[in-house]
Amino acid sequence: MSNKFIPHTEADIKKMLDKIGVSSVDDLYSDVPEEVIFREEYDIPEAMTEIELRKHFEELGKKNQALTVFAGGGAYDHYSPAAVAHLLQRSEFYTAYTPYQPEISQGTLQYIFEYQSMISELTGMEATNASMYDGATATAEAMFMMVASVRKRNRVILSETLTEAVIRVVKTYAKYHGITVTVVPAKDGVSDQEAILKEMEAGDVAGVIVPCPNRWGIVEDFTGFADRIHALKGFLAINADPSALAVLRTPAEWGADIACGDGQTLGMPLQFGGPYLGYMSCSKTMLRKMPGRVVGATKDIDGKRGYVLTLQAREQHIRREKATSNICSNQSLMALYATIYLALMGKQGLKEVNTLSCDGAHYLYNRLIATGLFQPAFPGKPFLKEFTLRTEIDMDKVNKALLEKGIMGPLTPEKGLVEFAVTEKRTREEIDALVETIIAAK
Amino acid sequence: MKEDTEMKHYDKLIFELSRPGRKGYELPADRFETDGMKEIPAGLLRNEPLDLPEVSELDVVRHYTNLSNKNFGVDTGFYPLGSCTMKYNPKINEEVAMMPQFAAIHPLQDPDTAQGALELYYNLQHALSSLAGLAEFTLNPYAGAHGELTGLMVMRRYHESRGDSKRTKVIVPDSAHGTNPASAMVAGLEVVEVKSRPNGSIDIEDLKPLLDDTIAGIMMTNPNTLGMFETEILDIAKLVHEAGGLLYYDGANLNPMLGKVRPGDMGFDIMHINLHKTFSTPHGGGGPGSGPVGVAEHLRQFLPNPRVCKTEDGRFHVEFDDESLGSVSTFLGNFGVMMKAYAYILSLGKKGIRNVGPMATLNANYIKENLKDDYLLPIEGVCKHEFVFDGLKDKSTGVTTLNVAKRLLDYGFHAPTIYFPLLFHESMMIEPTETESLETLDEFIDVLHKVAKEARENPDAVKDAPLTTAVRHLDETGAAKKPILTYKALKADTEA
Amino acid sequence: MSKILDDIRYADSHEWVKLEGDIATVGITDYAQHALGDIVYVDMPEVGDEVTKGEEFGAVESVKAASDLISPISGEVVEINEALEDEPGLVNQDAFANWIMKVKINDAADIDDLLDAAAYAKICEE
Repeated sequence: MSNKFIPHTEADIKKMLDKIGVSSVDDLYSDVPEEVIFREEYDIPEAMTEIELRKHFEELGKKNQALTVFAGGGAYDHYSPAAVAHLLQRSEFYTAYTPYQPEISQGTLQYIFEYQSMISELTGMEATNASMYDGATATAEAMFMMVASVRKRNRVILSETLTEAVIRVVKTYAKYHGITVTVVPAKDGVSDQEAILKEMEAGDVAGVIVPCPNRWGIVEDFTGFADRIHALKGFLAINADPSALAVLRTPAEWGADIACGDGQTLGMPLQFGGPYLGYMSCSKTMLRKMPGRVVGATKDIDGKRGYVLTLQAREQHIRREKATSNICSNQSLMALYATIYLALMGKQGLKEVNTLSCDGAHYLYNRLIATGLFQPAFPGKPFLKEFTLRTEIDMDKVNKALLEKGIMGPLTPEKGLVEFAVTEKRTREEIDALVETIIAAK
Repeated sequence: MKEDTEMKHYDKLIFELSRPGRKGYELPADRFETDGMKEIPAGLLRNEPLDLPEVSELDVVRHYTNLSNKNFGVDTGFYPLGSCTMKYNPKINEEVAMMPQFAAIHPLQDPDTAQGALELYYNLQHALSSLAGLAEFTLNPYAGAHGELTGLMVMRRYHESRGDSKRTKVIVPDSAHGTNPASAMVAGLEVVEVKSRPNGSIDIEDLKPLLDDTIAGIMMTNPNTLGMFETEILDIAKLVHEAGGLLYYDGANLNPMLGKVRPGDMGFDIMHINLHKTFSTPHGGGGPGSGPVGVAEHLRQFLPNPRVCKTEDGRFHVEFDDESLGSVSTFLGNFGVMMKAYAYILSLGKKGIRNVGPMATLNANYIKENLKDDYLLPIEGVCKHEFVFDGLKDKSTGVTTLNVAKRLLDYGFHAPTIYFPLLFHESMMIEPTETESLETLDEFIDVLHKVAKEARENPDAVKDAPLTTAVRHLDETGAAKKPILTYKALKADTEA
Repeated sequence: MSKILDDIRYADSHEWVKLEGDIATVGITDYAQHALGDIVYVDMPEVGDEVTKGEEFGAVESVKAASDLISPISGEVVEINEALEDEPGLVNQDAFANWIMKVKINDAADIDDLLDAAAYAKICEE
């Protein structure tokens, strides 16, 4: 029976069986109906040694191509300091579970407290939970929260300018839960605020969800929008890129009630889509409706500062079907990732990440427009690190040519539209090579 | 020991190390003449100051290393947390998951340039199908509860596809994990409770009258929350299916079945697996996990989008199916976690994996038999991977399960799950997993005997526990009455 | 032994009602606050909300438990005890003095089938 991960020797097994008073391990399954005992072979490979396993992963790895990324769409190729990944390998962090025993989990509890503090600092909001799965599910939870915070209003409005994946997930959650979702079409690449407010006049809308920046990279102007929504007794949730909030007007400054989104932009590896990090912040008044775990500061019996899971009576393990959400496991280790990243980058570093990305994006934008092959898709609309252009050229062909040079070209959200993203990792040489390749391949 | 004590008592917040102008990063100098930020109107920019810490790299490394010393993980010691399957997390898993050939792959890059990632994804789907006895798996869900939600959406989508809109209820045993009823609520299903018998198993006579044409299905674990096998599962499956409902298997208790029994063979139509339990991926202090959902043949088309498929020429691609329930994730789920589970399955192989369940069951029964003299065992008989004591046998000195749990911390063990399941007042749920050796189990048994003795002879010592941890009894009431959730609020509170 | 006042009515879900004219004052009983332990939050309705006899109108939370509040009468909420927002622990100090909501009731007969002190005391003993 013994192998690397199962330490039982034959002698151990015998001793244990004797104590239990049965004669074989099979006897421990004598209560299982014979017809469901699985006696065939599993359709999985024979065991591999570490040497073989490494080789297998290397061979699979060779079938992937790491690219110079000029696309975003919800996952961005940001820089991450070496110390982040290094500290994440402390197994006291990653082999622990939810801090149910606070006396021996102060490490986890304190970093969650620091995480909550940092995300609240970015969003400007008073409360942040210990994390959600990803940006899309966090947005779906924001929808639930808004509906749970009002009586008899069961509709939520989404701006079409939210990322497609976010809309897809929110609609799925809404459909099964029984919430009506209205997606209000964009106008000139931004949320059609007048149309949204008009929809709200029906009186059945619990809240509105808009993005910052939006699916086309545009930084939208929400001046006065929150007040007008609040006047109609609705809530405003903003799905915001937390990295960008170092420089962009915050959800709190816009007057939003909830901020949510994906923390992948805080230096997390692309990792083919996960694990990333959903975050959620809210104003104090909505705190009791916020899903997920929350850590609070307190003192112990000797007066020492300590941290505990708090407001637990909202959660599924206590409230069961009356809980505000079913979330249990979250993305805690990725919250640690974000915390260490933000500690290292600090207030200056995170701003520089944005200004460097923004400069690179504008440099690329200007160069592409100068080729005459591209036109602005939404003229005059401001953007940070991602932007959308219109083009007549054959992008399939262009993107294939880019791949041959090891470059991931723009996303093509619909025919004739191309969406580029530039992070602080992209050099001038890389951008120039991108442009030259496009010109040559068109 | 002094150093150890000092490290354990490190209590600064990263914000308190901050000094204006200090840096922990280095970024390239500006290489563009363009000033992009100037193109964004001032009204769209942040006005509020940004109070993130200003610290050096060494500050950060020491701070988080010190914090880690205040934590207890599986690598620190025995972690018998019932229903959480805290098994050892093999290190090769961590190594392969960090390989840059995978870590640098963008989720939206051309599938032709991500064939290795897709192949791994596909292989894991296939392996789980074989291990679970089901037709197909989605790996999109991020955690167990997310898998439950996704699985219930499959259930609803199935009834919807047949034009059956009456089925709005789901049966959940009163002993179920809290996530079951909560997931049902999120999925828009009304929860109908079915009573458990004293041994935690479903009472078939109580179940029968519930099975009408408004029932979408039933959610079960097997073994149940008390670690006991539901011996009547085939009858239950038959009854539910005859009534037009589907059976959902909560994979939280899959570990003892691995290598012995497949949920699909017991009649389950839908299930989720917690890769962070049964397949050895780390719990990460609360996540990320991964909650793949498997379904029987007739439910395949309802699995969420996107999905990974294989074409006849052996290429892998990503598909969106119109019949699908919709989407529950931005991309394809927690891929990094899947890499670890895949490595684990390959490390054990088709034969080795057969020992997982039996050895987990052996370990649990061994502890149970050794401790039932001092602790109240409400249900006799062979358990599976876990079992529940209803506190100390001798409760005369007033020592509670909570006291015993805290005393265990002093002796260097993590506590079991306590006060769950709700069927008993003093529940103490112990799950050792197969990766623990006989010597570790014996130490744990000795310590629990010792605590029982202390409870009889010196109860106050047990009631005061823990005595040796970095912090002791924490004021949870104060924390809930007046929530202090950020450094800013803490500073304001201290100053006030 | 929990305190029970004589001149008011009780629901078996441990709420008390005091009727003055058409205004009913509602709170939880001393027995209930004992059973819950330290109350950390009272989820109250809003002024203007309609409450229905036998249906939930809020919840009381302790650190590791939550209990729904069931309205013993039907009507419109005219006042809530705002002091409980900052100091939910007042309910522990005196559950009868620290009421939760005042309701303008639709039908005074609502309280007829509620328990008197003696009958409620019997329930608490069980």
